[in-house]
Amino acid sequence: MTTLVLARHYVRQTFRVKAALVFGALQPVLFLVLFGPLFARSGVGSWEVLVPGLLVQLGLLSAGMSGFGIVFDQKFGVLERLRVTPASRMSLLLGRVAKDVLVLLVQAVALVGLGYAFGLRAPLPGVLLGLALLLLLAAALAALSYAVALSLNQEMFAPLMSTVLVPLILLSGALLPMSLAPGWLDVLSRLTPFRYVVDGLRALFAGHYTAPDALLGAGVAALFAVAGIAAATRRFHHENA
Amino acid sequence: MIHARGLSRTFTTKTGPVEAVRRLDIDVAAGEIVGFLGPNGAGKTTTLRMLTTLLRPTGGTATVAGHDLTAEPAKVRRRIGYVPQGGTMGPGALLGEELELQARLYGMGATAARDRVAEVLESLDLADLAARPAASLSGGQRRRADIAMGLLHAPALLFLDEPTTGLDPRARAALWDDVRRLRAERGLTVFLSTHYLDEADALCDRLLIVDGGRVAGAGTPAALKAEIGPAATLDDVFLSLTGRPLRAEAAA
Ligand SMILES: Nc1ncnc2c1ncn2[C@@H]1O[C@H](COP(=O)(O)OP(=O)(O)OP(=O)(O)O)[C@@H](O)[C@H]1O
Ligand SMILES: [Mg+2]
Repeated sequence: MTTLVLARHYVRQTFRVKAALVFGALQPVLFLVLFGPLFARSGVGSWEVLVPGLLVQLGLLSAGMSGFGIVFDQKFGVLERLRVTPASRMSLLLGRVAKDVLVLLVQAVALVGLGYAFGLRAPLPGVLLGLALLLLLAAALAALSYAVALSLNQEMFAPLMSTVLVPLILLSGALLPMSLAPGWLDVLSRLTPFRYVVDGLRALFAGHYTAPDALLGAGVAALFAVAGIAAATRRFHHENA
Repeated sequence: MIHARGLSRTFTTKTGPVEAVRRLDIDVAAGEIVGFLGPNGAGKTTTLRMLTTLLRPTGGTATVAGHDLTAEPAKVRRRIGYVPQGGTMGPGALLGEELELQARLYGMGATAARDRVAEVLESLDLADLAARPAASLSGGQRRRADIAMGLLHAPALLFLDEPTTGLDPRARAALWDDVRRLRAERGLTVFLSTHYLDEADALCDRLLIVDGGRVAGAGTPAALKAEIGPAATLDDVFLSLTGRPLRAEAAA
């Protein structure tokens, strides 16, 4: 209940500044428009391979940077104001995460729509299931992003996060399939959850709903969501008296 | 309303431990306005953050508004309001929206929250400003908005951290009037920190003078002054208790 009240508040606040929604999705959109046509012709893969990767890239960039919001809230006293109310610490986290997931959904739908305009042809159930996985991933990323933001000093968050996210995007195989990678890189890539989600999304976009990759991707995304939210909730509690 | 014994907080920093608050004993009765007077860095905010469940004490015990601080923080939160020193809203936040959110976090339904916000805005002379972003409010308006934030759920006990710092004399006097009126109308108990002697003198029934995280003296403004001499000011009191004037610190 409190979570919903908070989520609605944050959504209203976020959608008031529409430019922020666009900026958050700009990088994947640019990849789609300026790199996608090249990729689709290169013989490496099709739009059905690229768009799932760009969706995970979007998830990492958009949800991964969400902690930035709490940096400001902390600075302006908003966080203390909320924390002094009886609202549960978990709802203070989940209200924000719900907003981030919704923002990501809007951005992701726009990205998929744009993909269709360029030549993506994925079955609707596959796209929907893929988006569901993506939202789980985003929930975990957003929650962890807040936890990191609360644990660092204010100036550190943006530079640190943007530095960490780039290798994670590259290692996920979002831009080029990891099947092309040398062994060591493939191993490294398998150490991150994002690799499995990318592969899962690709399987779903290809219509292989029960392929091992799809199931593994779903399992990893769900586990990551539970673990991420649990860890972040602990961090939110830790701030307490 | 507040009973604290040996309340302490030590921060661990890179350069070693900082004993911000050292074994404070605090007693505040219902309906009192008690001032927590001390220079910059005396430990006022740290104490307030502990008493409002925002910061875990590293020592001591406290009951606030009838509940143990560390055992029942959620029950304490229900009964207290807190107006932090640094404000409560980001620059883009719309006053009415933020207040409604705050009311709902205290468990009010949508309609009740809207009505309550209108009522509190009215009583603090902010009624026309609900649709305004915080950045467009004057300092005095923003401070009253912060106070509105702490009053929505009609708390029994209100904590104010330097409520009038940065306000002009008229706005300060108006704010004091607001605090007095709230006490008169609702029996509100107020615990406020300040480094202004005139504020302590004009507004508070009782003072705790704090310096270096310790209580250096306590009593009514009149009693504190009487201890020093017939013509003493609170300034003299502060000087005699801590060995230094408050003014220089406050100006820093
Ligand atoms: N998070 C923290 N980490 C380390 N030291 C801290 C922290 N918060 C406060 N302190 C230190 O504790 C001491 C008391 O700080 P506090 O903010 O309680 O003072 P104050 O009386 O509110 O001062 P002011 O009038 O400037 O607001 C200061 O020396 C301060 O540097
Ligand atoms: Mg302070």
